[in-house]
Amino acid sequence: MQFVKEFRNPHLAEALLAQINHVAQRIGCTRKRPVTVMEVCGGHTHTIFRYGLDRKLPDNIEFAHGPGCPVCVLPKGRIEDAIAIAHRPDVILATFGDAMRVPGGSGSLLQARAAGADVRMVYSPLDALALARANPERQVVFFALGFETTTPSTALTILRAHAENISNFSILCQHITIIPTLHALLEQPDFNVDGFIGPGHVSMVIGTQPYAFIAQDFKRPLVVAGFEPLDILQSLLMVMKQIEAGDARIENQYARVVASQGNLAAMAAIERVYEVRQACEWRGLGQIAGSGLQLRAEWSHFDAEKRFAMQPHHLADQEQCRCGDVLTGRIKPPQCQAFGRACSPDHPSGALMVSSEGACAAYYEYHGVGEAA
Amino acid sequence: MSGTLTGIGADGRITLAHGGGGSAMRSLIDEVFLAAFAQDPAAAQEDQARLDLNALAQQGDRLAFTTDAFVVEPLEFPGGNIGTLAVCGTVNDLAVGGATPVALSAAFVLAEGLELAVLRRVVQAMAQSAARAGVRIVTGDTKVVPRHACDGLFVTTSGIGVIRPEHSISIAAGQPGDVVMVNGTLGDHGAAILCARGDLALQAQLHSDCAPLNTLVDALLDAVPDVHCMRDATRGGVAGVLSELAEDSGVLVTIKEASLPVHPEVEGVCEILGLDPLFLANEGKLVVVVPPCHAEHALAAMRGHPLGCNAAIIGTLQASPNRRGAVHLVNEFGGTRVLTMPSGEQLPRIC
Repeated sequence: MQFVKEFRNPHLAEALLAQINHVAQRIGCTRKRPVTVMEVCGGHTHTIFRYGLDRKLPDNIEFAHGPGCPVCVLPKGRIEDAIAIAHRPDVILATFGDAMRVPGGSGSLLQARAAGADVRMVYSPLDALALARANPERQVVFFALGFETTTPSTALTILRAHAENISNFSILCQHITIIPTLHALLEQPDFNVDGFIGPGHVSMVIGTQPYAFIAQDFKRPLVVAGFEPLDILQSLLMVMKQIEAGDARIENQYARVVASQGNLAAMAAIERVYEVRQACEWRGLGQIAGSGLQLRAEWSHFDAEKRFAMQPHHLADQEQCRCGDVLTGRIKPPQCQAFGRACSPDHPSGALMVSSEGACAAYYEYHGVGEAA
Repeated sequence: MSGTLTGIGADGRITLAHGGGGSAMRSLIDEVFLAAFAQDPAAAQEDQARLDLNALAQQGDRLAFTTDAFVVEPLEFPGGNIGTLAVCGTVNDLAVGGATPVALSAAFVLAEGLELAVLRRVVQAMAQSAARAGVRIVTGDTKVVPRHACDGLFVTTSGIGVIRPEHSISIAAGQPGDVVMVNGTLGDHGAAILCARGDLALQAQLHSDCAPLNTLVDALLDAVPDVHCMRDATRGGVAGVLSELAEDSGVLVTIKEASLPVHPEVEGVCEILGLDPLFLANEGKLVVVVPPCHAEHALAAMRGHPLGCNAAIIGTLQASPNRRGAVHLVNEFGGTRVLTMPSGEQLPRIC
């Protein structure tokens, strides 16, 4: 497969690993005091485990698996909101496939479907709009979630619905944005991460400028990375070289996709349709100021929360799960007492076990249970 | 075409009358089912098929008996339809036990409103697949249910076959050292169905691999009678079979990812959706386990058959440190991961 296989070349990977190893030796990091690099994006977490990159690295370099898996950070209360809407007899609720398995308080959307709710899996918000066109007598609600990767497509769908005057379409908006969350993490006094591998798809939309504060204010390097194993290794090498040189800059390894100014049309669509929510809840992390988006007043007639006069649910995270500590890099998944016991991919109780991009599910799938980090 | 059948209106659709026991049902059975399946119209009028025991006993020493229910959306897809699946699925379940398929039954649940033309195409595909496999459909049943009680058409087929004395194939018979092979590309059926549903807007030239595998199995068993394990990899994909093999034989199955044959377009669909071809359904693929001394011979025998030209050795069995066994995938980077089965279907990732 062109443009994919090239980035999975094992010989080039060995060469990069050797270079990473050399830099690590020169830095003088040790097993007890490793260099810790956080990959922000769940897609990167998946690649790291899929290709066993974590096991290929010397033990003086560690990955911390960041909060960039939108399905993982879906709060339980929000799932309950979606389930409540889906159970209305006049509603078709549409959402992405992997959001359907996330457990809320009373179960998942898949279970709600089995109990009679009309829940449909779609691949794009435009598919949900097509459902609205095809079912004029029903209310079609798109459970809109994700970072800036998916936010523009929901925005454009709202604009399309407006242009076509489709009145039976609305969204339950759970779009979130990564920058305030990174800021909140960096402000924590025990946040022990030396550098970042930055999200590729989000950066394709927002560009590289929004990360500037990470270098300027917090003196950490960040390298925006692609999703193939060589992308990750090359980005890690770039981060390590900055650490060695005492630099803290924002670099772009994924230049074949990410332009430094981002995608101006996509950002204009986001700006036109959404505004920042005062605070937004993240599963495992709690409320983070300014980290969520909501529809502007101009588009509020497309807001399902208003259309159905909903009272949002608020549910506490599972106490036994330490998702927050995993998300902030304080512990590895097997160090959580629920891992592989009360919490497994078949019966996820914590968010990070839900999606294959979640750190706990990745550990479980690729390392097996009972194997420590 | 539809006008010849009692109870079919101008819109050419099945009604509840076609399951009601009266003349409409009789007409449906005679003109659709018997016309396609019956080789001996007199025998077909009885309530049961009658098979000559002596003839069967001369072919082997054990009778194999299997049943399978088929539901698929859409009913028709590139490479086949629910009828092709219903015949091939049961033929293959017999064949992988080393049985020569002899006879099938077919039971239909039709939804009121089903187009007769669709039913005719399904029945035609069943007759063709049966002919291709050299097996007869000897008995059957039809019910019609209200429009929303069933999604178009469900088919259940059962089959019997005869196992030759020299074969003892079992999913629990894998031995350390054995070699694991498949007869061709993985995930073609699953990917074709995903694309045929039309909600992906993916332009891919994908065809289901749906095919009766009994002649391929014959060629393999003629060349290598000492096949230890054999399964057709349907739902759950090759990964599902490998998990069962590991567990039931109590062995460690080590698979080299780079050796897995995958059609480039299936690989592309999987990349876009975040799916793994190992877990996608197949309807014409076998997982075969043979002793290492017969591996090359078995591979050559499969490659000599049109349904095995992309056959490949994908891994080996080793002694397992515990009784449960495990499946390990070794990637091109030399990394190993443990293969675990998802609790349900794979769901596409958000981004």
